Amino acid sequence: MSGVWIVLEHREGRIGRISWEALTAGQQLAAQLGLTAHSVILGAQTEALAAEVSAKAGGKLTSVEHALLATYTADGFSRALEQLFHAESPDYVVFPHTYQVRDYAPALAAKLGQVLIGDVTGFGEGPVFTRQILQGRLNGTYRHTGGGPCFLSVQSGAFRAEAVEPSTPEIASFTPTLEPAQIRTQPGAPFRESAQTVDLGSASMIVSVGRGIKEADNLPLVQDLASALGAEIAASRPICDNGWLPMERQVGSSGQTVSPKLYVAVGISGAIQHLVGMKGSQCIVAINKDPDAPIFEVADYGIVGDLFEVVPALTEAIKAAKQ
Amino acid sequence: MKIIVAIKQVPERDTPVRIDSGGKWIEETDLQWTMNESDAYALEEALQLKEKDGGEVVVVSAGPERVGSTIREALAKGADRAIHIECNDFAQRDALSVARLLAEAIKPESPDLVLTGLQSDDLGYGQTGVILAELLELPHVSLILHVEKTGTLLHVKRELEEGWFQNIELPLPAVLTIQSGGNKLRYATLMGIKRAKTKEVRRVTPADLGVPASAVAILEHIAQPQKQKSTQILPGPAKDAAAALVEKLKFEVRVL
Ligand SMILES: Cc1cc2nc3c(=O)[nH]c(=O)nc-3n(C[C@H](O)[C@H](O)[C@H](O)COP(=O)(O)OP(=O)(O)OC[C@H]3O[C@@H](n4cnc5c(N)ncnc54)[C@H](O)[C@@H]3O)c2cc1C
Ligand SMILES: Nc1ncnc2c1ncn2[C@@H]1O[C@H](COP(=O)(O)O)[C@@H](O)[C@H]1O
Repeated sequence: MSGVWIVLEHREGRIGRISWEALTAGQQLAAQLGLTAHSVILGAQTEALAAEVSAKAGGKLTSVEHALLATYTADGFSRALEQLFHAESPDYVVFPHTYQVRDYAPALAAKLGQVLIGDVTGFGEGPVFTRQILQGRLNGTYRHTGGGPCFLSVQSGAFRAEAVEPSTPEIASFTPTLEPAQIRTQPGAPFRESAQTVDLGSASMIVSVGRGIKEADNLPLVQDLASALGAEIAASRPICDNGWLPMERQVGSSGQTVSPKLYVAVGISGAIQHLVGMKGSQCIVAINKDPDAPIFEVADYGIVGDLFEVVPALTEAIKAAKQ
Repeated sequence: MKIIVAIKQVPERDTPVRIDSGGKWIEETDLQWTMNESDAYALEEALQLKEKDGGEVVVVSAGPERVGSTIREALAKGADRAIHIECNDFAQRDALSVARLLAEAIKPESPDLVLTGLQSDDLGYGQTGVILAELLELPHVSLILHVEKTGTLLHVKRELEEGWFQNIELPLPAVLTIQSGGNKLRYATLMGIKRAKTKEVRRVTPADLGVPASAVAILEHIAQPQKQKSTQILPGPAKDAAAALVEKLKFEVRVL
């Protein structure tokens, strides 16, 4: 049994959106190559999930069930899937590029002598796969060689979840052989840090600052712009990593997801982990000295220039307009 | 505790990059180089663990001659010694092949803990540490912000999506991939820079390690991304661009 196998991820009993996107990607790849798309879910009890998936997936849906898969561990998931794929010899295996997949898929691929082509944004004839390099400044095209399955993970937002082709899958189950001693990590329950005091999600305007600001001492420049607009201030990860602004003001995959009417990105390059947190904003303005910065790919309006000149000028112009 | 830190040298973020004539990689000659960001945090974590617990911090880096400057920087910050895997053939290697190099260099050291960065800023595979764990047959956890050790047990804090975290316990020896932001980075002191000059940097080649270049996933070519969205660029000196933007915010976006 070969074909394209899509591994779906669930949290709190639901399949996540990015997994449906991966399913779309897998179905499109299968269609291009004349293969069948199959899906996989893993857990201790998967009936409810299987019902959710069978409304959308075709091919075969395999429930990989074992008591030791109740909570995610890299050892449990990679061993279980190694056994499944050993039995099924897939041509392609497609994952959503989540933090969980990042944690075990490279090890799974290595067990089979393969390499994950990770964070894929598209594919073309060949097939060849595109992924970003240099933080989104360039695209790389990859080709898989060798005998084993080709492992892929797809970037959040790169494929449309709505494009999933519904049909009724044949249901199968697979029981891996797992021993408690093989699970070497003991995960605790997920938690959040102490209550967040700023809810950027409900802000109607946000001025967000990135490493282009260079030093903490320069922050008042963007704070002035934010107060002239009446906007909340937010930041990219390095600003919060440095402790220049509190973590709760971080926008992105590991921070908050925002969708204000206006998002002004100042000195932010536009790495995918930042973009996923803000690309739903109604209007995006980017101020960056690099005309090729990836942030311009999502911006409605752009100013290419030195933020130390542009930001004060903008603050003045806004103040004047408001008078 | 003997801690190995895998450190990659990557292009400085702000230097413009050009695609080379082969179209397979970037022109390296006029680039400036730096320590990969999450690797700097991995090194910091290692140095703090050593300060608390004693032991040794060994840096391993694979790359050409130029990598020496980043190795020196790590030694100046406090690493005890280094292994430089001299190799110039990254175009013919994928993450598995690089992890094999690192694994073969690390194995004879029998470390208690191996730290890598979460992801490299240039190729950005986000995989090398996890593969390394598999090759070394050690347990691993990725995306780590905080590490504590009691006896032979590690307690680590892992980052999840959207502001969630998770505590995980695992036995030593182990591999962790470190996320940025868990610690405050130190600077090298003058004394540190001086001392670094006398510290051991052992050079090995892929041939010494018995790991020839190979790739399952081949990077065939690189290109500038195609623009998909037409951004309206507001031209002119700062003042004119600012005035034009205010007009847009007032009459089109209607937020002023
Ligand atoms: C698993 C994971 C999770 C992550 N989570 C997040 C997250 O939640 N949020 C997040 O933001 N990042 C996150 N990151 C990091 C992300 O990949 C980028 O490293 C980060 O977003 C870069 O921040 P930046 O754009 O501020 O800095 P840089 O990438 O350094 O960009 C600085 C920009 O400023 C411009 N600039 C410099 N000087 C000037 C000037 N004088 N005038 C105008 N422009 C100037 C430069 O041209 C450049 O484009 C994560 C990474 C990983 C691997
Ligand atoms: N050539 C290398 N030399 C040393 N460490 C490396 C090298 N390549 C990758 N690494 C380590 O692996 C991590 C992840 O890299 P990557 O899988 O390329 O994103 C980096 O942060 C480094 O810690």
